[in-house]
Amino acid sequence: MAAAEGSGAGGAAKPLFAGLSDVSISEDIPVEGEITVPVGSCSPDEDYSTLDEPVRDTIMRDLKAVGKKFVHVMYPKKSSALLRDWDLWGPLVLCVSLALMLQGGSADSKEDGGPQFAEVFVIIWFGAVVITLNSKLLGGTISFFQSLCVLGYCVLPLTVAMLVCRLVLLAGSGTVSFIVRLIVVMAMFAWSTLASTAFLADSQPPNRKALVIYPIFLFYFVISWMILTFTAQ
Amino acid sequence: MAASDQLRFHEFDEAADLLAATPDATTTSVSERQSHVALDVGSSYDENEEGDESDKTELLSGQKQPPSFWTFEYYQAFFDVDTYQVLDRIKGSLLPLPGKNFVRHYLRNNPDLYGPFWICTTLVFTLAISGNLSNFLEKHGNTSFRYSPQFHKVTIAGVAIYCYAGLVPLALWGYLQWRKGVCLNVASYTLLETVCVYGYSLSVYIPASVLWLIPVSWLQWLLIATAMTLSGSVLVLTFWPLIRLDSRAATLAVLTIVLALHALLAVGCKLYFFQKPLHDYPPPFLKDGSQGFKQQLRHLLWEHGTDSEEQDPGARWSLCQGMTGLCEAISQLPKPVQMDAPSHPL
Repeated sequence: MAAAEGSGAGGAAKPLFAGLSDVSISEDIPVEGEITVPVGSCSPDEDYSTLDEPVRDTIMRDLKAVGKKFVHVMYPKKSSALLRDWDLWGPLVLCVSLALMLQGGSADSKEDGGPQFAEVFVIIWFGAVVITLNSKLLGGTISFFQSLCVLGYCVLPLTVAMLVCRLVLLAGSGTVSFIVRLIVVMAMFAWSTLASTAFLADSQPPNRKALVIYPIFLFYFVISWMILTFTAQ
Repeated sequence: MAASDQLRFHEFDEAADLLAATPDATTTSVSERQSHVALDVGSSYDENEEGDESDKTELLSGQKQPPSFWTFEYYQAFFDVDTYQVLDRIKGSLLPLPGKNFVRHYLRNNPDLYGPFWICTTLVFTLAISGNLSNFLEKHGNTSFRYSPQFHKVTIAGVAIYCYAGLVPLALWGYLQWRKGVCLNVASYTLLETVCVYGYSLSVYIPASVLWLIPVSWLQWLLIATAMTLSGSVLVLTFWPLIRLDSRAATLAVLTIVLALHALLAVGCKLYFFQKPLHDYPPPFLKDGSQGFKQQLRHLLWEHGTDSEEQDPGARWSLCQGMTGLCEAISQLPKPVQMDAPSHPL
């Protein structure tokens, strides 16, 4: 600026703009601002915030994110997508559907039956919170909601197992159906535990990994037990 | 000479000033010993990053405050254990040796809350699941039996176990603190160490509750006796050095109450979650002709009771027991009576 003014003042006697070619801005003067003009933003109607987009787009974007995470759970590789963009929609949907399918159960007396909706809900969420606190207290580097997200999404195989169990129970409730249900629930329990371990194990200190994995094992074991002992009315 | 004297005097002054300024520098290193030890022993350095940073700030500022009750770091100190340490402590509680005081030998000033909390949680679910399974196995052949998951047992087991593992150590610690004030020979552990001992002593009940599934009555009671002996001896061995210098009556009273509560927990769990098996397989050293008669009678009484509209299985069972006892007395007569199914209700 100073250099330009100086040469401009000095060039007042010369023809107009003669010294402009000599103008240069020294390196240490900060020049800020955009010199490119954004194309096509002349009218305010085309300034899309997510407030103006169709509702369908908003919903589909979130649904796609949730669906992508479901795929990550079913094929657990060491990808960080589940951890990076955590969300709790998936766990909520899974927990509610599992609790709806599990509630009630047969009972001779009112209290002798299966877990109620609130009990399943509390077990899943409170259990996930306790496991997350446990891993953080042991020195894990994962954040609170990331861990909740992973634990909630890894309930997906067990929800699938619950669906299969209900379908098998429609067919009959003898020994064969019990064996089928047992195999399915055990396979899905192993899948859940391995999937959540694959995502969570890296963030734990190496000599405490077993201390963190055991509660996750217990958590999915209890959910599997609730699924296995479900008897239709 | 005067200059060097002055220099010497100033150095001494500065050292004194430093000591006066940070009087607790040495004491904090002793009290925070456990966190320092944890960082040194066998841990990788990218692990406790927060610990490393706080260490550096300690060195820089020259003084450290213990983390406040409301911060997360305060509770992290209670989880400062590695896998092998937890396994070691569980082994020590399963096999108590007379020379090894649990608190001194295994805890070593590093009590943790991980072990007690997760052992209690595992015990709660193991009890509920085993109880449900034993109920199922017992009534399996009964045609009017419909399986139910009995989920309320989880709640009851949880309340019982957590209350025991939380309130009894608190009471014992409170008593020892009071006694320490009254009688100078009594020492005390910290509250956390007491809770830790009680938590780890419950670990023997986990395999016991799984083995209680075997529907053999004398084996179940043998298991109870073994489990109670093992976990009771852990408690006694731990607290004996504290109170043995106290008056005889007080020592005996404390030990009796500790063991009695422990026994109450074990027997209560066994009776509530695991009903008495229907078919009494007699112990191998007692083969009696009257056993078969008792079995048949009990089975008949139970079957008959199931057909009725009665809602209280407990009363029905005690009625069965009463009748069976009466019939047992009768069976002491020289000639045992063979019974067929009664043609009319009893």
